Amino acid sequence: MMSDYYSHLSERVREQLGNLIESADVAFQELTITVGKDNLREVACALRDDKNFACEELIDLCGVDYSQFGEGAWQGPQYAVAYQLLSISNNHRIRLKVFTDGEPPIVDSVIEIWSSANWFEREAFDLYGILFDGHPDLRRLLTDYGFIGHPFRKDFPLSGNVEMRYDPEKRRVIYQPVSIEPRVNQMRVIRDDNRYIAPDIEEENSDA
Amino acid sequence: MPEIRNYTVNFGPQHPAAHGVLRLVLEMDGEVVQRADPHVGLLHRATEKLAEYKPFNQTIPYMDRLDYVSMMCNEHGYVLALEKMLGITAPLRAQYIRVMFDEITRILNHLMWLGTHALDVGAMTVFLYCFREREDLMDMYEAVSGARMHAAYYRPGGVYRDLPDRMPQYQKSRYKDDADVKRLNENRSGNLLDFIEDFTNRFPAYVDEYETLLTDNRIWKQRTVSIGIVTPERAMQLGFSGPMLRGSGIEWDLRKKQPYEVYDRMDFDIPVGVNGDCYDRYLVRVEEMRQSNRIIRQCIDWLRNNPGPVMLEDYKLAPPPREEMKDDMEALIHHFKLFTEGYTVPEGEVYTAIEHPKGEFGIYLISDGANKPYRLKIRAPGFAHLAAMDEMAKGHMLADVVAIIGTMDIVFGEIDR
Repeated sequence: MMSDYYSHLSERVREQLGNLIESADVAFQELTITVGKDNLREVACALRDDKNFACEELIDLCGVDYSQFGEGAWQGPQYAVAYQLLSISNNHRIRLKVFTDGEPPIVDSVIEIWSSANWFEREAFDLYGILFDGHPDLRRLLTDYGFIGHPFRKDFPLSGNVEMRYDPEKRRVIYQPVSIEPRVNQMRVIRDDNRYIAPDIEEENSDA
Repeated sequence: MPEIRNYTVNFGPQHPAAHGVLRLVLEMDGEVVQRADPHVGLLHRATEKLAEYKPFNQTIPYMDRLDYVSMMCNEHGYVLALEKMLGITAPLRAQYIRVMFDEITRILNHLMWLGTHALDVGAMTVFLYCFREREDLMDMYEAVSGARMHAAYYRPGGVYRDLPDRMPQYQKSRYKDDADVKRLNENRSGNLLDFIEDFTNRFPAYVDEYETLLTDNRIWKQRTVSIGIVTPERAMQLGFSGPMLRGSGIEWDLRKKQPYEVYDRMDFDIPVGVNGDCYDRYLVRVEEMRQSNRIIRQCIDWLRNNPGPVMLEDYKLAPPPREEMKDDMEALIHHFKLFTEGYTVPEGEVYTAIEHPKGEFGIYLISDGANKPYRLKIRAPGFAHLAAMDEMAKGHMLADVVAIIGTMDIVFGEIDR
C-alpha cells in the first residue's frame, strides 16, 4: 500500500516537474528525486510550495563522496548532496539528490527555502568541502579551529593527519603529524555474497 | 565620548548549564542577547566515518554513545535501517520488547532533561528526585543487557536475548546491613517484568511530585513562560521535531503518523502545546512521561502472555545459540563468519526515522553491496534544535539563554556525533 503511494507520488513528480528533474525512482518504499545542479532551487521551491508535495521541513542534508563506491565501479560525479524532505501535511518523505563535481564542488544553497539548511550545509562544507552558493555564513562547524582538509572525504585517512598535545617546553598546545602507525586491522570486505544472490542457491549451500 | 560597543560573552564550554561542551559566543547589548553563535564539535568523534570501516553489527555500540541519555532509541533507528535494507522484520515479541524499552528510554531521557533543566533554572530538589527514579530505569537496562547505559541490546532481526527471569539482587556489604538489603530487594524478588510493573505503579505519583514542585511554581513560570517562543511556521522551517515541534502546537509524532514496530497497537495520546514557549514544552514532555508509562504497561501485559522467539533464526544475520555451537560445526562456522565478516546488504539507500525522545532520529544509510556501510548519516534531532539557538535567544536576557538551552534538551554526543 505504502509503495503504491510512493509510485503514484513519483508519477506526479514526473508529471509536474518532468522537465526539471533527471529521475524519480522508488526503492525500499522511498522516493528519490535526482536533480541537476542548475534546477535545484526551482525543484526545491516546487516541492515545498506545491500542495501535492508540501514538504515543509528539510529534515536532513548531507554530503556523500562517491569516489570509492563499489570499489571503483562508480562512473558518475564524485560528490552528491542528499536532502531528506518531510511533508507534515501530507505525511510523506521525499529524498532529493544533487550530484556535483569539480574542485571545489559547488551546489546552490537552499537556506532561503528551508532555514534548517543553515547548519546542515555548514556541516557538509566542513566534512566534504562542498561549497553552497548563497549561504551567508559558510564556516566550519564540527572540526577544530584551523583544521586543514575535509575529513569525511574517502581519501582522508581514518586516523587523520595531525595530532595535538601539550608541549611542556613551549608551554602551549601544539600540533604535530600523527605518530600512531596506520593500523591494518580492517576486516575482510565481502561483496556479491553468494548467500544473497538467489534463494535457491542459498538452499543448496545450506544443504552442503 | 567613548564608543559604545556590544559586549561579547563566552558561555561555556565549562559552564555547567552549557550541558556538556557547548561553547556559546554571545554578543550582548547590556543584558540583552543580540546574537548567539554556538560553537560545536568539541565532542566530534567521527562516528559516521568510523562506521564506514566496520561490519554493520560493530556500529551498534557506537549508537549508544551518540545520545548517551537515550541509548536504546539510537540503536533502534540504526537497526531499523538495516532491517529495511535486508528486508527482514523482528519477531513480534522482540518488537514489543523494543517498544517497551523505547518508552523506558523516553522516561529515562525526560527525567534527565527535567532534572537538569530545573537545576539550571534554580530548582535543586527536582534534580535529586529525577535521579532517584533514573536508578530503577538503569537497573532495567542492566538486567536485560548487562550494561547500565551502553546496552547494545537491539540487533538486526530482534533483540540480543529474552527478558531475564530474575532481577540482580543487592548483596550484604559494609555499607548495607541485612535490613537494607531486604528492603532494597523487595521489588526485585520476581522477574524483570514484575520489577518494571512495580515501577509503572509508582511512577505516576512521582510525576505528580515533580509537577507539585514546578507546574504552578511562580519562579518556574517566571523563568519559562513566554521564553523562547517558536511559531509553528518557524518550527517547521527550522527543522524541529519531537517535543520541540509539538510544543509549538503541531500534532506530529512518528509513533502515530508513521508507526514502526507495534506502536499502531498501542493506546496513547499525543500532548500538544499552544504557545510554543519553554513552559509548554515542559508540559508536553511531562505528559509524554505519563503516556510512556501507559505504553509500558500495555507491553508488560502482552509480554507476560506471549512467550516466543526474540531473534530471527537466520544464522547469517543472528548468532546461533551457545549450546548449539558446542556440538554443531555449522553453527560454529556461522558464528565465526558472522562476528568476523558480518553480512552483506544489498546495494541501495534508505532513510529510517524513529520518534526519539528528543525528536526525529534518522539514519540515512547508503550501501554499495559490501559488508560495511558506504555512507552512514545520522540525523540527530538536537542538531537542528541547537541551530535555532540564534533565533530563539535573540532579544532575550542572558539568564533566559540558560532556560532555552534547557528546553532544547541538548546532548552533545548526538549533535557532534
